[in-house]
Amino acid sequence: MNNLLIWPVALPLIGSLLALVWPRRADWAGIGASVAALAVAGLVAADVMRHDSLELAIGGWTPGLGIALRADGLSAALLLMSSLVALATAIYATNYFTDAHKRADFWPLWLLLITALHALLLSGDLFNIYVTLELLGLAAVALAALGRTRAALQAAVRYLTVGLLGSLAFLTGVGLVYAAYGTLDMSTLAGQVRAEPAAWVALALMTSGLLIKSALFPMHFWLPSAHANAPAPVSAALSALVVKAAFYLVLRLWLDVFDVALGPAAAGMLGVLGAFAVIWGSWKAFRAERLKLLAAYSTVAQIGYLFVFLPVLLASAPGAARDLVFGALVLFALTHGFAKSAFFLGAGVVLQRAGHDRIAELGGTARALPVTTFGLALAGIALIGLPPSGTFLAKWQLMASAIEVGQWLWIPVIAAGSLLAGAYVFRVLGHAFGPGEGVGPALAWARQELPALLLAVVATAVLGLGAVHVWSFVVPGLAIGGIQP
Amino acid sequence: MLPAEIIFGLTGVGLFTLGLRATLLHGSLLARILAINVCGAGVFLMFVSIAYQGAAAMPVPDPVPHALVLTGIVVAVSATALALALGRRLRESADE
Repeated sequence: MNNLLIWPVALPLIGSLLALVWPRRADWAGIGASVAALAVAGLVAADVMRHDSLELAIGGWTPGLGIALRADGLSAALLLMSSLVALATAIYATNYFTDAHKRADFWPLWLLLITALHALLLSGDLFNIYVTLELLGLAAVALAALGRTRAALQAAVRYLTVGLLGSLAFLTGVGLVYAAYGTLDMSTLAGQVRAEPAAWVALALMTSGLLIKSALFPMHFWLPSAHANAPAPVSAALSALVVKAAFYLVLRLWLDVFDVALGPAAAGMLGVLGAFAVIWGSWKAFRAERLKLLAAYSTVAQIGYLFVFLPVLLASAPGAARDLVFGALVLFALTHGFAKSAFFLGAGVVLQRAGHDRIAELGGTARALPVTTFGLALAGIALIGLPPSGTFLAKWQLMASAIEVGQWLWIPVIAAGSLLAGAYVFRVLGHAFGPGEGVGPALAWARQELPALLLAVVATAVLGLGAVHVWSFVVPGLAIGGIQP
Repeated sequence: MLPAEIIFGLTGVGLFTLGLRATLLHGSLLARILAINVCGAGVFLMFVSIAYQGAAAMPVPDPVPHALVLTGIVVAVSATALALALGRRLRESADE
């Protein structure tokens, strides 16, 4: 029994209600709840490190009838990442919204988004996951519409309808699971699932719903417009956290619950879709004319990498070989979370200062906004996968393991994707360092520029140099003799 | 004659398919919102027919799927409300 697991969900929810009833002090509610949520996420992580996993039966109702909250290395790592990104973005948002109405609309929805995200990461019950997935989707759609431009509204409507179809497919799968096995608790289910048609159909339905939500190619069509037209703090959270929540569920279902029902072909199919996403997303990012659209397409590509990990992961022998790939996968997801939120926040500063984010007209940005440009460059390093970023180590491990299990196909995909990523990041930097007007005081917008820079530093330096700790945190007991950080 | 739960279940699958088709093919937002609700009704009908399966063994149907359907309906109503609100705002922005 550990009541700690309630707080990462309860604190943002309380903050959201406070921000709703007290809009003039909403900034304080937002920052306070974010700081408190980060603190308890740290406590959860520390507890997970001591005990490997935590479980809480809410209200004392044991799983079966009641709903369990669970945390292990994977969920605690993502929880910590999301509450850190959320705090940095919240500080950024205090300076971003100048319109009092938008500000009053932003905070309750924002904290609700964080509540839903944390509840999803800690849920141990399939139906509860469906509810949190819907909560997350609705809060995300409302936030994406905050820009109130026609393009933003159209993108939000499409985001909503596509997302609803995804959650209905997921819900149908949940119904089939209950019909076949009579339980929705994931750890009970893990012992009962067998390789049979009911499990395959249920997993196929749930996975296809989640693929829509995680925007895997070719279901990515809704993402670029929704992410690029939202206000900067919202884009950051949508790209860095919300999309990843759906991927986290795919990972949970495939690795923990339905692992006995899977053949290698299924994971190979997701890997191929991921490979297409890497190439197509990177190419579209390279061709994008606007900075935020570039960042959104880059998310499509980076989600692709996460799915390329799956076939390699499932083909690796259980034990140390698989643990190494799994750690690399989590490292990649964490690094992308920090890097992409930093990139979107930086793009938001550029957009606000210049009044546009057309890449070809970014000249002078490096002189006018040196800190933001530095942050964009650091985030770019993590997006490409250059050392010392976490992505570099993750991609290295992915390629090494792909060679080990004989899946050579992924090597040229990863190489081409990284090359294209290099091209699109340096295209932005090339224009930013070009001639142009506007030499302002350095760090004119400290409350917006510093959070973006800090997130980028975490992605590039902290996660890269401290990668060993990520590995040993998500796979306790792994012998890390072979890894040189 | 098929047993009742199979008829209900297949009807649910049929509704889901019809709704899915209309959601993907219709251009008008209102039609798509309605189609998604038809889709949802199909899923809920499947849940209800799942509950009937134990009827031979138990005197009452399994209450858990019914509770899930209630939650699902609440979610569907809120999502529909959000979609309608967005649609209205979209129309206002077109009028300006």
